[in-house]
Parts: sequence; structure tokens; C-alpha cells
Amino acid sequence: MYIEKARVDSIQTLVPNTYLLKVFSPLIASKIKPGQFCNIKVSETDYPLLRRPFSICEVDGNYLHFMFDVHGEGTRILSSKIIGDEIDILGPLGKGFTYDGVYKTAIIIAGGIGAAPFPYLVESLPKDKEVHCYIGGRSKNNIIDYGMKNISVSTDDGSLGYKGTIVELFKQEYEKFKKDSVSIFACGPNPILKALQEFTIAKNIDCQISTECAMACGFGICQGCPIDNADGDGYYLVCKDGPVFDARMVRL
Amino acid sequence: MSFVDQSIQIGSLYLKNPVLLASGTVGYGNEIAQFTDMSKLGGIVTKSLSLKPRKGNPPQRIVETPSGMLNAIGLANVGVEVFIKEKIPFLKELDTTIICNIAASSIDEYVECTKILNSVDIIQAFEINVSCPNVKEGGLIFGNDLNSVGRITEKVRAVTKKTLIIKLSPNVSRIADFAKVVKDEGGDAVSAINTLVGTAIDIWTRKPKIKNVTGGLSGPAIKPVALAKVLEIKRKVDIPIIGIGGIMNWKDAIEFMIAGASAIQIGTVNFINPNAGVEIVEGIETYCEKCSIGKLSDIVGSYQI
Repeated sequence: MYIEKARVDSIQTLVPNTYLLKVFSPLIASKIKPGQFCNIKVSETDYPLLRRPFSICEVDGNYLHFMFDVHGEGTRILSSKIIGDEIDILGPLGKGFTYDGVYKTAIIIAGGIGAAPFPYLVESLPKDKEVHCYIGGRSKNNIIDYGMKNISVSTDDGSLGYKGTIVELFKQEYEKFKKDSVSIFACGPNPILKALQEFTIAKNIDCQISTECAMACGFGICQGCPIDNADGDGYYLVCKDGPVFDARMVRL
Repeated sequence: MSFVDQSIQIGSLYLKNPVLLASGTVGYGNEIAQFTDMSKLGGIVTKSLSLKPRKGNPPQRIVETPSGMLNAIGLANVGVEVFIKEKIPFLKELDTTIICNIAASSIDEYVECTKILNSVDIIQAFEINVSCPNVKEGGLIFGNDLNSVGRITEKVRAVTKKTLIIKLSPNVSRIADFAKVVKDEGGDAVSAINTLVGTAIDIWTRKPKIKNVTGGLSGPAIKPVALAKVLEIKRKVDIPIIGIGGIMNWKDAIEFMIAGASAIQIGTVNFINPNAGVEIVEGIETYCEKCSIGKLSDIVGSYQI
């Protein structure tokens, strides 16, 4: 784990309100794995006070990419960074995806900004794996297909692709993958993950979910980010034990 | 080689410098050790221990507020037995002073925990948490009752000769009265302050942002309150004070020492900059050199009022 002052190389708008930030961060870039995250201090002052956790979106040599929506003061400040600005990044943090198992097809399921960790995962999958990406959003303006392959789309309002949630769409199409072994990798709003978790546990399909929770430190000392274990008799920490969990391990 | 003597003596407790990592912000030391050289710190105060393990509160446990944060962790901890078996071996390897924080739901439990931990050699002092705002039993029920704080100090004192520090709550009208009770009952020092009770409400759902409804406010937002409490104790009671509350850098640390703190603890800043403690020790060094201060303890309570 490192704390690195990273220089902003570029920042672009992917879809309205969703940004892709590229920073020069060679130490973290050399170590970080798909599904892990970094905790970013967006200002040099005490406001906002805490770091903000962001999944690693892509690694390109010495550069890290982070994909984020603006939904509060921290992300607003981050979105206004310009080339040459320095940001303070702590990482790599947490446990990422396990993707080298015995399966034929990797199925990515992303809801909204839940697309963030997948470009790096898709890029890192062993070459013999097939990939199919299911991407959901509220409307066509929220569909983020950056870095994805073999895409199926759903929108809540039906403005693009299937009308409904991405998990509903996946459930309908699951039959076509059924004969082969699949491994599912998912990230998105809790109701989506919950519906997927129910389905994959019932069908006994391997599924890893990337969870999120408000946190302060990102490495286990604040104890601020508990998630119920499957039995409900204890907690894991999202930052240290996750953010990626086997869907069977946690209660959402 | 430095000529500044940063060492501090509190009761029988010797600290190589005044910078301690606060309880509940560094777990049992292992995670933060990846980011900072613990041997350069004055010491570490371990996460509050209770007799049995505690699961802690359900999420959401923390929320950020302007220049601060609210937390309601609920004293999640491994319990005394696992602590001794699994956490002490790591702490033993650290070349720094270990202070063990204890939180309990009854006076008997405080005594029992202290008794068990008293036999662990590397624990050099106890900090008794009578001021956690986030648990139903114990915590503030003790912390804002003079009689309870007195009895806890007395009973725990009776079972240990190690340095005994009582961590005081700011959620009282006269904190100096509590410091006086601690002194009268044989406590060696007080830590001031624990967090301030606070809350935050989501205006769209009208629900508290923290599941526990209220939490403890920490961070730079509380520094002026903490300083005033330290000053109040210093002016009224002759007992060593460990200053805590929103310390982010060496300037804040010096400010607390001038107000009367013999040592300081840093908490929330560890979440943001896990190397802050070492940076504060270095900053204090430079300050002392600049001001020709040979012995840091000379500035304790040196306010000009």
C-alpha cells in the first residue's frame, strides 16, 4: 500500500455527469488488481475532510483511471480537477475479483456507475475466457459502455435496450449460457445486487459482487464499513474483507 | 542528532515523545504499521476492549460533517481473551509504548478486564473509557455521572499499579469536576476529550444518517471545544492531561500542550494521513529548535492568560 501524490493527466466526460480521471501514479499502478480500490483526498484542506473510495477502472502503464459520478461535494471537486493538478491517493486497497478459475464465460453485470471496475477486469481476464457484459442504467444517457465487450443493455425507462433492470434481462437470457460454466462479476445499486444474489445462489452459479459503503480510512482502522456476513451473526469490513465478496458470503 | 528532549513522564509512564495514536482509530496497530514507523511515536492506545467480543453497531456507522465526522462504531472489538492471544504478539514487536483502552458495561467488568490485562507485561498503562457515546450500557451513563467516574477510578486503581488514565467526556457541564474526582480517587491522568454527541439527518428521507441516530463528532471541527476543556482542567485541577480533539498537525499539538496537555492523541487524522503521527513528532522537533526549547515538557501549560 502506498500514499502517492498523483498528477492529473486527463479528465473527460463519458456520459452526462460521469467522468473518467487519468492520473500518473506508478507505484499504485504497479500493484493494483481489478476490483481493488483507492482512497482519494480530493482537497488539500480539511473540507471535505475524509478521503473518497473509488474502484480502479483501468490501468495503463504508470497511469490509473477512475470512473465516477458527481453526487456530492467530494466528487464535484474531483470533477473540477485540471491537467497538472496533484491529488493524494492511497492504495491499492481491499480484495479484488478472483478471475482465474475454471469457467468458460465471464459475465459482467453493471448497474449505473457500477460499470467502474469492469474495464480493468475485462482487460485482465485470461485470453481463453469469453466475455459478455450486461449494462443497466436509468436511461440511455446513463449507459456506460466504456471498456466493455459483447454488450447487452437495459434501461429503467426503456429508452435503450430492454425495459427493466439489468438483472431481469440477464435472468431471461441466462438459458443461453447455461450449458457452459460461467462466472459472474457484478457491481451496482444494492437492489440489483440483491436480486442477482438470490438468483445465483438458487441456481448455484459462481458470482462475485463488488459492494460499497461509506468509509473513512479504507484499510481497516476506522471500522466504519461493516457488512453482514451470510449468517447475520457478524460483520465483514467492506474495505478490508471486500469490496468484492462471493455472493454467498454476505447478506445485502 | 537532535538536542530536543521530547520525553514526557505521566505517573510512572515514560513516553519518548508526546504523540500517541488514539483508541479506536488504529485498531490494534497492525494495519497502520504498513504506513508509518511506529517506533517513532510516543505510543499507541489500542481499540477499546471489553471482557467479551462486541460485534458493534449496524451500518451506517460513519458520516462526514463539515471538517469533521460522526461515528457510531459501538465498541466493536475482539474481547480481552482474543486480544491477548492474537493481538499482543504483534504489539510486542513494536518499539513503542502500549496503552490499553478498556470499555465496559459495568464497574465489575472494568475491574475484571483490568485484572486480566494487568498481567500482560507490555501493557504499560490503562486508559479507561467512561465516555463512549455510542453504546446503550456503560459509556456515557458512567461518563457524565461524577459518582460513577469516581467509583470506577477507585476500583480499577485497586487492581493495578500501572499508570491509570481516565478518558473523559466533553458532554458534561463542568469537566474539571470529573478530573478532580479522578485525581482524588488515585487516577494518574485524564484524557480529554472523547467525541461530542452529534447527529445528521437526511432531508429527503428525514432519517438520521447514522443508524444509531446519534454518533460521536470528531475531527478539526471539535478542536476549539477540546482545547477549552483542556484549559479548564489545567486551570482547576493538578493532574496530567492527555489532550485529544481534532489534532491534524504539529501546530495543533503544540497548541494543546500550551493549553496544558502533557501529551496528545491523534485520531481522525489517522484515517486521512496514517503517517500524521510521525510528521507531528518531526514538526514539534523543528518548532522546538526554532524557539530554542531544549525540553518540550517546559511548554506544558505555558499559556499567557
